[in-house]
Amino acid sequence: MSVPELTCEELVEVVTDYLEGGMPAERRLLFEEHLAFCEGCQTYLEQMRETIRLTGTLMEDDLEPSARDALLGVLRDWKRR
Amino acid sequence: MTLVDRHGPSMLRLARVYVRDRAVAEEVVQEAWLGVLRGIDRFEGRSSLRTWLLRIVANLARTRAVREAHSVPFSALAGAEDEEEGPSLPPDRFRGPDERWAGHWAVPPEPWNRPEDELLSGETLALIAAAIDALPERQRRVITLRDVEGCSAAEVCNVLELSETNQRVLLHRARTKVRQALDDYLTGSQDRDRP
Repeated sequence: MSVPELTCEELVEVVTDYLEGGMPAERRLLFEEHLAFCEGCQTYLEQMRETIRLTGTLMEDDLEPSARDALLGVLRDWKRR
Repeated sequence: MTLVDRHGPSMLRLARVYVRDRAVAEEVVQEAWLGVLRGIDRFEGRSSLRTWLLRIVANLARTRAVREAHSVPFSALAGAEDEEEGPSLPPDRFRGPDERWAGHWAVPPEPWNRPEDELLSGETLALIAAAIDALPERQRRVITLRDVEGCSAAEVCNVLELSETNQRVLLHRARTKVRQALDDYLTGSQDRDRP
């Protein structure tokens, strides 16, 4: 088995480039080749994806009802002017 | 659904990444809506309505944050702290240059293997929120808009006035730290489970 040309240490630095889809095709191939052989990097990439998914479920920081009503009140008053 | 209901939460969240005080952030949002009504910045349809609104909030919140910063020493350095960061993971996680398989994992990450309801528990989410809160300002802004708010990369560049590369670097650093916080928590508690 040949050693892939991208090291794990390099891979963790470019994992966002990969996920953002901003990698040139050649580099992307190298990344995916490395991934196919490396369980540690598969785990790392999977955890990055999990991190993004879980961050996306953070509670909606809704306007508190009182603030919302105050805001709508201000906007209504403004329209009347 | 009113415009306030649809865009209010995003506007408030963005305001709060500049000014942490909730009441002040709410004032910024209010100011933004009034600005919209006064036509401070005409909507010309070059971007989505949401991007346009968020830009107005970002500009107002930035001004407000600068004004408030006089009472908070060192906040002027907030941008500088991003620049001097080391590698994503400590070098001892990888094999040294003289070793066989140099640059490959010495200590590979352990799979989390946690059930979904535990991952989505209040405790885990509070941990993520705390990790985001602890990030340097610019990283916090980018990850909040991208991963919490679900904005596209182009939108974030537009709203925060960042280059594409800058946006990606800040996002990378932010996500790396949040992953690390999760990993410390999830694999740390795994060890406690297995004495």
